[in-house]
Amino acid sequence: MAGSSVVTLDDIPTSGIQSLLDKARYIDSHMKEVAGTCNGRVLATLFYEPSTRTRLSFETAMLRLGGKVIGFAGSQLSSATKGETIHDTVKVVSQYADIIAMRHPKEGAALVAAQASDVPVINGGDGGHMHPTQTLADLSTIEARFGRVTDLTVGLCGDLTFGRTVHSLIETLCRFGNVRFVLISPDELKTPQYVLDRINGSPTCSYTEASDLTSVIGDLDVLYMTRVQKERFFNEDDYLRLRDTYILDAAKMALAKPTMAVLHPLPRVNEIAQEVDADPRAAYFQQVRRGMLMRMALESSLLGDELPGYEEHNDIDANADTKEAQD
Amino acid sequence: MEVTSIKDGIIIDHVDAGTALTVLRYLKVDPTTTKLALIMNASSHALGAKDIIKIEDVEDLNLDALGLVAPHATINIVRGGGIVNKRQPGLPEHLVGVISCRNPRCVTTAERGLEQRFHLANAQRAEYRCDYCDEEAKL
Repeated sequence: MAGSSVVTLDDIPTSGIQSLLDKARYIDSHMKEVAGTCNGRVLATLFYEPSTRTRLSFETAMLRLGGKVIGFAGSQLSSATKGETIHDTVKVVSQYADIIAMRHPKEGAALVAAQASDVPVINGGDGGHMHPTQTLADLSTIEARFGRVTDLTVGLCGDLTFGRTVHSLIETLCRFGNVRFVLISPDELKTPQYVLDRINGSPTCSYTEASDLTSVIGDLDVLYMTRVQKERFFNEDDYLRLRDTYILDAAKMALAKPTMAVLHPLPRVNEIAQEVDADPRAAYFQQVRRGMLMRMALESSLLGDELPGYEEHNDIDANADTKEAQD
Repeated sequence: MEVTSIKDGIIIDHVDAGTALTVLRYLKVDPTTTKLALIMNASSHALGAKDIIKIEDVEDLNLDALGLVAPHATINIVRGGGIVNKRQPGLPEHLVGVISCRNPRCVTTAERGLEQRFHLANAQRAEYRCDYCDEEAKL
């Protein structure tokens, strides 16, 4: 993995994703030991559009590994305002930094950056296309809750047509296998055929489609809620109607298993009522922390910096999971 | 209908009726400067009606797009007035500089100097997707 870029999760073999999950668990329980892993390294965060969570997560990850951070947030602060191409900006920055994390509104921008760069590039989201580290955060959260990412019933609810995080999570879970998907959406926002084809192509995964959350919530180990994004609609009335289709509240949570985990890529609008935050099954803030841990694992791996004391396939501190599940 | 009336060149037979001009566009053949003949809406046992494209004196015509734009076509290579090779168009793994991405959010619409690149995503459906944004190719 060292020296390569991550544009999509297809760039990482399944064994590599498992290794990142293992490393994230190790990092979580050995923060002091890993604090100097990336001493002397520089991460450049090139964020051409606003982001709080993702950019701060990448930057905190590098700072916690002992490295430093440069970059910009907002294309108005970059040479893009002078007409510079992504290729040229990234080529220049790759002469300064050891690794780059980039977000750009254009789909496919991360591939352009990876092809231009002399150092590893991590895609921090390229429009509605890919956001691989979000999926890594999702997987890590599921693993932290259940000790595995297989043999689970995973419900995905809301915008299943445009939700890139949903498609990426489905496709990645299919690589691990043995997942039953429950796809919960209104007719207007159903899962695209190519994603269903991916599930059908997995010998051990299956799916059912539903439009009523309450009728299926009791079957789920994981409920992945999504935001209906206003920018996807031309008609405000359609947006408002579909936005309020599924709102997860305490009444619906009462129908769910006591061990179910609720995930959400954030930011939420109103699809999860604030009263759910206090429920121990709410995992979406834990998910943010897992995202940072996975970015620490990814950044150090792409730089080829070994985590002090970490050995592949070693016994991970099992208390880390128990501790988080009780948070 | 005689289809071997050129001496050296390529005859693309069994082109879907009415699409010959579109095929020429994707093959980047300029009909205003190329020695060629078009037969459109000819009778065909297999297709009912078909177009035929005859191009004289071509050396290195890139036929990669044919599998996408003329999936039923037959390619005849003509040398010395006779057909020396006959084959069906394949579906190449990659199409470079042949078709353009229609996705307005794709980076290829904004980044200067970026070549249009597509990959074969599903051979059964002859489905190509943009290397950059994964949007399905549309003709």
